[in-house]
Amino acid sequence: MDYIIEMLNITKEFPGIIANDNITLQLRRGEIHALLGENGAGKSTLMSVLFGLYQPEKGEIHKNGEYVEIRNPNDANDLGIGMVHQHFKLVENFTVLDNIILGVEPTKNGFIDRKLARQKVLELSESYKLFIDPDKLIEDISVGMQQRVEILKMLYRNNEVLIFDEPTAVLTPQEIDELMLIMKNFAADGKSIIFITHKLNEIMAVADRCTVLRKGKLMGTVDIKDSSKKELSKMMVGREIDFEIQKNPAKIGKVVLDVEGLNVISSHTKKHLVEDVSFQVRAGEIVCIAGIEGNGQSELVYAITGLTKINSGTVKINDIDITNKSIRFRNDNGISHIPEDRHKFGLVLDYSLAKNLVLKKYHKPEFNNHGFINEDAINEFADKLIEQYDVRSGQGRVTITRSMSGGNQQKAIIAREVSQDSDLLISMQATRGLDVGAIDYINHQIIAQRDKGKAVLMVTLELDEVMTLSDRILVMYNGKIVADVDPKKTTIAELGLYMAGGSGGKDNE
Amino acid sequence: MNDRREIALKDRIIDYFRILRTKQGFKTFTAVAMAVGVGLLAGLLVLIVANPGKSFFGFLYILIGPFGDRSPMIGIGEMLYYTTPILFTGLSVGFAFKTGMFNIGASGQFMVGQCAALYVAFYGQSLGAIQWVVAVIAGILAGALWGFFVGLFKALFNVNEVITAIMFNYIGLNLVNILVRGNPLIYDLNRARSYKIPAGARLPDFGLQSIFPGSSVDIGIIIAILVAIMLYIVLNKTTFGYELKAVGLNKNASRYAGINDKKSIILSMSIAGALSGLGGALQILSPGVITAGKSLGKEYTPTDIVASEGFNGIPVALLGLSNPIAIIFSAIFVTYLQRLNYPIEIIDIIIAIIIYFSAFAILMRNILASAISRRKDKKAFEDSTIDHPDIDNGGAV
Repeated sequence: MDYIIEMLNITKEFPGIIANDNITLQLRRGEIHALLGENGAGKSTLMSVLFGLYQPEKGEIHKNGEYVEIRNPNDANDLGIGMVHQHFKLVENFTVLDNIILGVEPTKNGFIDRKLARQKVLELSESYKLFIDPDKLIEDISVGMQQRVEILKMLYRNNEVLIFDEPTAVLTPQEIDELMLIMKNFAADGKSIIFITHKLNEIMAVADRCTVLRKGKLMGTVDIKDSSKKELSKMMVGREIDFEIQKNPAKIGKVVLDVEGLNVISSHTKKHLVEDVSFQVRAGEIVCIAGIEGNGQSELVYAITGLTKINSGTVKINDIDITNKSIRFRNDNGISHIPEDRHKFGLVLDYSLAKNLVLKKYHKPEFNNHGFINEDAINEFADKLIEQYDVRSGQGRVTITRSMSGGNQQKAIIAREVSQDSDLLISMQATRGLDVGAIDYINHQIIAQRDKGKAVLMVTLELDEVMTLSDRILVMYNGKIVADVDPKKTTIAELGLYMAGGSGGKDNE
Repeated sequence: MNDRREIALKDRIIDYFRILRTKQGFKTFTAVAMAVGVGLLAGLLVLIVANPGKSFFGFLYILIGPFGDRSPMIGIGEMLYYTTPILFTGLSVGFAFKTGMFNIGASGQFMVGQCAALYVAFYGQSLGAIQWVVAVIAGILAGALWGFFVGLFKALFNVNEVITAIMFNYIGLNLVNILVRGNPLIYDLNRARSYKIPAGARLPDFGLQSIFPGSSVDIGIIIAILVAIMLYIVLNKTTFGYELKAVGLNKNASRYAGINDKKSIILSMSIAGALSGLGGALQILSPGVITAGKSLGKEYTPTDIVASEGFNGIPVALLGLSNPIAIIFSAIFVTYLQRLNYPIEIIDIIIAIIIYFSAFAILMRNILASAISRRKDKKAFEDSTIDHPDIDNGGAV
């Protein structure tokens, strides 16, 4: 068999953890090879080994059947291995062209020969239908276009092994489809692709073969045409996952959250981050805010929870005007909030689990004895939540939360927020970066809250989640709500159009 | 029956050690003890390089400390007397560290504390027996005000506290000089320093003079130790301390939880300032038996240099890993080294090396913890590693 890259029996250890345990990955010439695994399964470590960022303890890498040594990313580059990182590595205020040639600038008499570079870039762009404008600044082009610049960087360097690290996370459905086509073109042209992802649909759509990792171990490599989503997910998590979420019809009650004419203006750029947004969330329903990252969803949630200042408009909870109330007042009067960044907002990482579980309650009489912390009450409360919500950690309630896994950190936050028993639960990308098992758990918790008659406002970038969980979908684009649709009467493609700013021919809210 | 009780007892003892091992204080102590050991050994090396012949005598001298040439009780009393100011600045810096800030302004706060106490000492003679108490409170308030500005600028305008604090050190220094020099009631032009603190305003010795006769020790050290204990309780047992520490560790999460982060920052810096101010007041009000010779009472000498007590608080806080109880001991230890009748360069090297190694204390703590964990609790350790952390943390191991 014609393998371009072979990673044979790679073992990479970190103190206390074997990140890669005897893993073999063989990449055929001209194939799209998916690398599938949950967070912490060792995908990134394996690719870092291939890219020369880590040296493995055991195992070797072969290229075209010959042993090669990759000590640093430059070696990898020389071997024709290129990578599109999840977070782009572009200079924002440089042009597209300058970004592409950065580091390998062609020169004539000591000056950059932009003409030659432009010609080559345009040729590449045309032959792979990337349609980039080399003179635009990076800060002025869309995320999808930025990704294409990253792809062109690899092509410009004549890389023949292309690694895509979760490339679809930042794209709209339409952009994802286009990216899939581009990847197929590359493969047809003889380039070999490693496609890192945890989205099964994309693998089924585009990959030829798939290597699955779980907890640092190789679970096997399968041909996609002989496999199924179910089989892959079982290999990835080790048990069957039910993709269908059972949901009873919504029993909708009174209005809990009422947002009216809300505006948030950036103090820096004077741009409207949230522009004239009005909507309601009622008891017993899940309202989903869909949209591409950075279209005002975060600011909207911050405005409701009090983390950011509102320029105009009103926010009411259960008919109480909370527009100018403190965060504490909002927390105590009906808002629970699972924040989008659990490390930045959700947890005091260097506090123990118990102290984090009372982060919003420590001042209440049951835990606060005339200014002194009632440690026994806190411990009792923490133990109860830990058991009830199955939060796992090394040492129970005294565990420093920093040492816990992402999934269990998130479970701790959910335990705290749900136990607040607030009328409104705001869940902001609660499943981001979590594995399938934890996602499943969290989604069931959210539905349970809705069935208990709570109002749920959910912000997520995962369209599958939007479609399965929500009772109503609001689409945000550029700070505005551009659509209010019923999930039963819409499609992902239609949502995608709204998310990209198209009106879809429908009436706007 | 008896057997069972024995087993239960054994379990309890094992349990006790298990808990002790996880206690922050125990880990802190072992880590700092290691740092001190390494620092002293390095000092010995320096001595050997500098003067091989006399190095071991010199080292012995360091170990015997300031007790060698006087009666030990005088030595200890003197040491406690000198400990008080840097214990306070150490507490001040440590408290700020605990709440997420670097208080490099302890010197300025110390000086304004001195100045406020000085004024009460010269103007408050009508207060009688409580004059020294009022003077001390004035020092606290002045220091708190100096810290308050730093916290205010940080909270409202996001100005880094280091910059403001350094500027306030100089503002404090010059303001105090102006206030002292410009006041003929306080300033003795002939001697270019203030008059001695009037007798009525001096600190009582609280019976310590009968324990350490002939030394300069006074009530200051007792106040200092009580304050340290109080700080420990505030930081660890009260909701107020919970809030301050939470803001220090993660401002965003604290805000999210409904804590008023701006108020916390201002309060933290004000308290840190109050501690330094209190140290300054106690320092200037001390009778100072030995340092002042036969005539009791201290005087304030205007200088152009920011008070060194503030900066000495930084190593004290670092060495005590910001734990108020540990800071009591680190302040005594640093004083012990500084008061040696010994070339100050060598002592500074030793202190520097100790501080340097206590910066590694976290590392040492972890090495130590995992060494113990490996022996015992193997299973529990495995359990906790299976549950591996996020890849974004895990990668940075």
